[in-house]
Amino acid sequence: MNIFSYLTDPANWEGPAGIWNLLLQQLAYTAASVAIAAVIAIPLGIFIGHTGRGSFLVIGVSNAARAIPTLGLLVLVVLLLGTGVGPIIGVLAVLALPPILTATAAGIHGADPEAVHAGRALGLSERQVVSKVEWPLALPLVISGLRSSTLQVVATATVAAYSSGEGLGRLLITGNATRDYPQMFAGAFMVAVLAVVLDILLGGVGWLASRHASPGRRTSRSRGASPRGETIDQPA
Amino acid sequence: MNLDWAWIQRNLAMIGNLLVDHIILSVLPVLIALVISLPLGFLVFKTKRVANVILAFLGVIYSIPSLALFVMMPLILGTKILNPVNIVVALAIYSIALLVRSVVDGLRSVPASVKQSATAVGYGWLRRLFRVELPLAMPVIYAGLRVVTVSSIALVSVAVLIGSGALGKLFDLGFGSFFYTPIIVGLVLMLALALVADALILLIQRGTLPWFRKRRTA
Repeated sequence: MNIFSYLTDPANWEGPAGIWNLLLQQLAYTAASVAIAAVIAIPLGIFIGHTGRGSFLVIGVSNAARAIPTLGLLVLVVLLLGTGVGPIIGVLAVLALPPILTATAAGIHGADPEAVHAGRALGLSERQVVSKVEWPLALPLVISGLRSSTLQVVATATVAAYSSGEGLGRLLITGNATRDYPQMFAGAFMVAVLAVVLDILLGGVGWLASRHASPGRRTSRSRGASPRGETIDQPA
Repeated sequence: MNLDWAWIQRNLAMIGNLLVDHIILSVLPVLIALVISLPLGFLVFKTKRVANVILAFLGVIYSIPSLALFVMMPLILGTKILNPVNIVVALAIYSIALLVRSVVDGLRSVPASVKQSATAVGYGWLRRLFRVELPLAMPVIYAGLRVVTVSSIALVSVAVLIGSGALGKLFDLGFGSFFYTPIIVGLVLMLALALVADALILLIQRGTLPWFRKRRTA
């Protein structure tokens, strides 16, 4: 049995259930969920990081989020709200929230105090301190948060095929049901490649942002001793 | 959304069996990973500059979604797709990918002055490692261990999509018949398991590193 047989047959790439289309669906689910999560988590993270209020909330949320069995949450919400696209994206967005929130709050809170004081001394308003000093310094960490949540969502979107029938997870589920290992392998392979590509891509963006945030310094203080130390990623 | 207590009572034995399966499938990979990661992390730490390349590679492995890794295991191990060994090995790989990083981060966090002082009062490298560096690195390693354990407990359930998954089977059961009770039971048991495991590691940490007790609360 050649396990690459499904992947190498051009007929499996075309059509509504073809690999290209499933890949696009997977990306659409991921982009929509991360975007929704970012719109909520970034302003909230800036508020928490700047004022220091509610930081216990951030720690609690990020610790608890690791323990949530994503499949269980997904199945429960789909049974309660129906199998439409909306509930699935809702669950994915909820799972994408904690990494962005934690990273944004940590980045803003950890912005070099000397730079912040200098900004105030120059007469910047509180709003300008946030937008012109703290935000640019926090950006590398915010991007690392977006990266963690994107990886979390790409993985969970695969699991979501269980109820939606869309995305690359469909190959895994159909393949498992029909005992077609090459088809399952095709799904697994594509999901793994997609996750690794997104990880490297967003890692590159983060690297560019950290160079921009502190030019001339190879290990910037705003990133802390270890950028992952603040927001330890979780496997998904 | 009321819980069907009669169903729970009727299926108590089955739920108990799934719980035991779940504990084995999630704890075994972490123990294997811990035994491998401590020496491996030390070796990676010793490679100095190359260490960052190795850690970046481990980061890439860490980004592969669990379901994909479960499905790819038979290819690497030559096992059948339903074999629980796939899950144990896949979760052990994830755990190693994070724990090696924790060990390296922990060892790197030991101040050079402390290491020099230990050498100055006559510690050999092996005794310095076990009596000075490792104890000081342990809080970082314990933090990694907690993340890995809690994540493993949650990830085992994903394997239900390929016909295994211990407590995850309760999700499948409930979803297939539009029946909430098994799903809630599965969620509650898995969250409780994660909470107990996390608290247990924290207790072990407090017990084995009493000198950190006052300063560290994370």
